[in-house]
Amino acid sequence: MSERVRVTSPRTTSGRRLPPPSAAHEIDAQSQVGEVYLRSLLRAQLRLAVVVVTLLAVLVGGLPLAFWLLPEVMDQEVLGMPLAWGLLGFLVYPVLVAIGWWYVRAAERNERAFTDVVERP
Amino acid sequence: MSHTFGAVAVLVVSVLTVGIGIWGLRFSRTTSDFFVASRTVRPALNASAIGGEYLSAASFLGVAGLVLAFGADMLWYPVGWTAGYLLLLALVAAPLRRSGAYTLPDFAQARLRSRPVRIITSALVVAIGWLYLIPQLKGAGFTLNLATGLDNRLGGLVVALVVLVNVVTGGMRSVTFVQAFQYWLKLTALLVPAVFLLLVWFGDGATSPADPMFDLPGQSGWADPLSGLGPHPIYTTYSIVIATFLGTMGLPHVVVRFYTNPDGRAARRTTLVVLVLLGIFYVLPPVYGALGRIYAGDLVAEGRADSVVIQLPLRMIGGTGGELLAALLVAGAFAAFLSTSSGLTIAVAGVLSQDVMSRWLGGIASFRVSAALAVSVAYVLAVLAEDVGVATAVGLAFAVAASTFCPLLVLGIWWRRLTDVGAIAGLVVGGVTSGAAVLRTFVATEDEGWYSTLMAQPAAWTVPLAFAAMVVGSLLTPDRRSPHATRFMVRLHTPEAVTVDRG
Repeated sequence: MSERVRVTSPRTTSGRRLPPPSAAHEIDAQSQVGEVYLRSLLRAQLRLAVVVVTLLAVLVGGLPLAFWLLPEVMDQEVLGMPLAWGLLGFLVYPVLVAIGWWYVRAAERNERAFTDVVERP
Repeated sequence: MSHTFGAVAVLVVSVLTVGIGIWGLRFSRTTSDFFVASRTVRPALNASAIGGEYLSAASFLGVAGLVLAFGADMLWYPVGWTAGYLLLLALVAAPLRRSGAYTLPDFAQARLRSRPVRIITSALVVAIGWLYLIPQLKGAGFTLNLATGLDNRLGGLVVALVVLVNVVTGGMRSVTFVQAFQYWLKLTALLVPAVFLLLVWFGDGATSPADPMFDLPGQSGWADPLSGLGPHPIYTTYSIVIATFLGTMGLPHVVVRFYTNPDGRAARRTTLVVLVLLGIFYVLPPVYGALGRIYAGDLVAEGRADSVVIQLPLRMIGGTGGELLAALLVAGAFAAFLSTSSGLTIAVAGVLSQDVMSRWLGGIASFRVSAALAVSVAYVLAVLAEDVGVATAVGLAFAVAASTFCPLLVLGIWWRRLTDVGAIAGLVVGGVTSGAAVLRTFVATEDEGWYSTLMAQPAAWTVPLAFAAMVVGSLLTPDRRSPHATRFMVRLHTPEAVTVDRG
């Protein structure tokens, strides 16, 4: 003899929703959604790197052209030395550090934004 | 200079180096400690170590000599050696650390899953490592000769032995402490005498070194940045810029250091501190070169411009004070040889041990035998290539690195469509063209023609050629793309805080 069991639907009036798959899971599954997440991070970081390369190419890589095209300007004395010496011997280093410092901050900001999106509950 | 002071300086640096190495050995127990210091080195310490390893004989003695002999154009070398770290920071640092590989061949294999690519990168690491070790050992021999009167070859042998003891006893963990110490030693050794020399210069009336009255016979435009580079100064300048900016990321001993950071974020911060440390250091060598023009111009005619850094205190101050400052500079120069040679030996030995020796020997024993092999071959090559200038060999090592590993790293990290066939095409084209230029420069004499200029500074044409070969080769073989490429991109670029499958 079997017990009487009452069978009911788990559905309540509101209807329960399944949690959406997490972004990390989408990335792991290499789904189209995961691809969008990954590509957005890659694009953001690559854009940043391209900005650094461009800044370097213009500010430092432009110097030989400036020396060639504007020899009179480069012969000007600043602080007792020719301008070209001041630029290449001293000023260029703080510029490189400033670009690097800006890059590190921006790259970490990109990664924080990505982490926030992917880890969102 | 006084050989007693010189010998004491060399001895003190050697004892300190080996001593710190043995002290570091207490922390160095596993194979992972040996190769990557178990990846636990903090940014400030790691940055000092990178700076210590990177600032070689070419930086400590060579730059001042080049500035003295050729003028403002030579400032591009220290600028390029620093800017190279900015490109390394923006394009390579964090992803390279996150790749989780030990060496460049490990990175290539993990990215492309191809045995032939691994073999070619291994061969290139060893070739570039040896090319860069030759000038270190030669420069060491010449400095020891100046400081202690020891024969050139014997001096090189002494350095080779100290390097070997240093590397074999401690591996990467202990070398990290040694290199960090050596950065600060090098900076002090260059900074303190510079202050005294500048005071003497002010006392003498502070004549501008740019004054044409200091021109040597046949020389003009020393202060003009486009005058000392031969018949095609614009091409040569840009070629030096490309080789140094892009070559830094491809130097095997530089790349190996990034695996010792705890994570990608630390790798970036380390690189930023390196930029600061290099910027501070590289202000100093040109000061010696410029002062040398007033006080030691005769060294150029004698072909001994490289010794200007050590000669200046002897000439400008003299007496015991001058001797002591010169001894401090000898100590700094010797530290420069030791640290760069140790880093290169570790990089070359790491590859030899993983790809060749591991068949017969395991773990640490294989690493030690490989280190001995790496140093001995480099020493023999240095004795054979006696006539090649220190700066020439260093410059060519940068050109080869820029033409091979730079495209491999940049495309491997940022371009999913890179294939093994494309990588091989780029490495072969870049390696063969820049390698041919190296051989030609080692055997032929310079002349005024375009051909000679293109061969002496090959990077401006070999680097674009290598990139093009890698891209075209990859686009022609789309079916050979690694199925793991996307997973590997996830690993390279996602921050460690995110929990994803990294392959």
